[in-house]
Amino acid sequence: MLTLKQSRRLQTVLIATLAWLVALAIFFPIFWMILTSFKTEIDAFATPPQLFFTPTLENYVHIDERSDYFHFAWNSVVISFGSTLAGMLLAVPAAYSMAFFETKRTKSTLLWMLSTKMLPPVGVLVPIYLLFKDAGLLDTKTGLVIIYTLINLPIMVWMVYTYFKEIPKDILEAARLDGATPAQEIYRVLLPIGKGGLASTVLLSLILCWNEAFWSLNLTASSAAPLTAMVASYSSPEGLFWAKLSAVSTLACAPILIFGWLSQKQLVRGLSFGAVK
Amino acid sequence: MADLTIRNLKKSFEDIDIIKGIDLDIKDHEFVVFVGPSGCGKSTLLRLIAGLEEVSSGTIHLDDRDITDVAPAKRDLAMVFQTYALYPHMTVRKNMSFALELAGADKAEINRKVDEAAQILELGHLLDRKPKALSGGQRQRVAIGRSIVRHPKIFLFDEPLSNLDAALRVQMRLELARLHHELKATMIYVTHDQVEAMTLADKVVVLNGGHIEQVGSPLELYHHPVNAFVAGFIGTPKMAFLKGKVEKADRAGVTVKLDCGPEYQLPLDGSRLKAGESVTFGMRPEHIEVTAADASPFKVTLDVTEHLGADTFCYVKAQNGETLTVRAGGDYAGRFGEQVGLTPDLAHCHLFDEKGRAVPKPGAPAKAA
Repeated sequence: MLTLKQSRRLQTVLIATLAWLVALAIFFPIFWMILTSFKTEIDAFATPPQLFFTPTLENYVHIDERSDYFHFAWNSVVISFGSTLAGMLLAVPAAYSMAFFETKRTKSTLLWMLSTKMLPPVGVLVPIYLLFKDAGLLDTKTGLVIIYTLINLPIMVWMVYTYFKEIPKDILEAARLDGATPAQEIYRVLLPIGKGGLASTVLLSLILCWNEAFWSLNLTASSAAPLTAMVASYSSPEGLFWAKLSAVSTLACAPILIFGWLSQKQLVRGLSFGAVK
Repeated sequence: MADLTIRNLKKSFEDIDIIKGIDLDIKDHEFVVFVGPSGCGKSTLLRLIAGLEEVSSGTIHLDDRDITDVAPAKRDLAMVFQTYALYPHMTVRKNMSFALELAGADKAEINRKVDEAAQILELGHLLDRKPKALSGGQRQRVAIGRSIVRHPKIFLFDEPLSNLDAALRVQMRLELARLHHELKATMIYVTHDQVEAMTLADKVVVLNGGHIEQVGSPLELYHHPVNAFVAGFIGTPKMAFLKGKVEKADRAGVTVKLDCGPEYQLPLDGSRLKAGESVTFGMRPEHIEVTAADASPFKVTLDVTEHLGADTFCYVKAQNGETLTVRAGGDYAGRFGEQVGLTPDLAHCHLFDEKGRAVPKPGAPAKAA
């Protein structure tokens, strides 16, 4: 028989092992991608897969010669930040009115907004493609900013709404009695108090925009194409391109990985904010 | 000047009527307390005055100005919230100066007013702190300071002491009373605590179910409640109510036979009562004397006794099962289960008719809400 102390210890060890296994399973593809990007095409294709090899930078050199990384990266940055900014400008007032001037239908409006996220995007691909074509938005950064803003808006409104709900209504009423206009109420009281939650929403939106591939592949060709489109251009049905594909993927993921690493504290706090309470 | 006049004020949320037609006059410099059980509409009434809720019908005038539809900030009122509602991202100084800043007052003027309020409330050493670094009592003072700097015509308080512990509550109550004298301001104060109402108010407004039951000074409500609700709500421990029937009633007196046994002759104007009518006999714990069992026709059994030092509260049970509370002297030593007699001071007893209305004292003008 184990004593209580021993069984507690055993439990801790088991849970820790399990957590490490899950973490490794999630991280492994990224690890393998980075590893492969430093192999030659022959090494990358070898069976059994090689863990030890002579690293090379030839894939990165090749990419630098073949495509303009910074063109795609700049597109990704402009589109992600542009759509996040547009999204926040819409989400904050929407969440403000829903959180502080709630009506009978607020809850169902929120659910309805979120339910649009359950629709498979491919279902509206053709109408949106045609609309974009007529409006001259195909292969433009403006077009992608619009579509990203719209697809992320439900999540952003929902998140900001959840944070605003945590702020006591009294504080806003006090500001109203102090003579604040609705705009002053938002900019001088609500935003400073809710800045932690707003920062999390901004981070999440940036990551979602950066990683989005479906719409960027279907609505852009070259001039507005972000990094996801660049990665896709390296996949080919024939030939040995595993190492180059890994290298380009690594380059596409690197900025957001570093960004995510730097802001992980804020991100975790933000994502678990409403859930724990 | 700050006279507030409320006429036929009503408020409904969807189909539910919260405020059912209120008429009220509040005079300059008065300390008025709205008191009532939870859900009686007292907070809603305050929020209507503040402009935080829209009026369904009726009017509110401040002096000669109709403020019924005026924006909250333009009403010349300041409010202290139950949760203090301080701005957590601002220092105490910023919290207090926010309203003046928004109004575009100049810097020197703002600083002078903030320093003046800080001095009144002894907040000088806390001006650079943020609210989270303050204790409950200090936060409360900042919230009051925030209203003082605006020199409003009327101060509104929404249960400001209910988040404080008992000792601090007593202290803040005294400070509020002192502040009222110092500022000579008109104050409206909402509470569910009748002790706060009695100690602070010049005028108490007892609310119940969205209408006013009675308006009067604390002692008026205590001595001359117009109905059983006010009588039961004001005073601790609560007034005891016993069921009975009218034996004989005329202008000079009423004879009542209580269901639990005794019969009393009360010096009340019984001209509205008829013999045989059901009534409720009310007496306060402090107006009953405990005697030996054979010294009184009113025999009861002692239940629990609570020794508070200066007083002893005895919970007793009448022969028909009705219970009441009696206040005895501090050194009263009754035993659990003991038979005792009760002698009420009939001059201070109350009688309520079938509808709960108080039977008036002879010669007193009949007042009803």
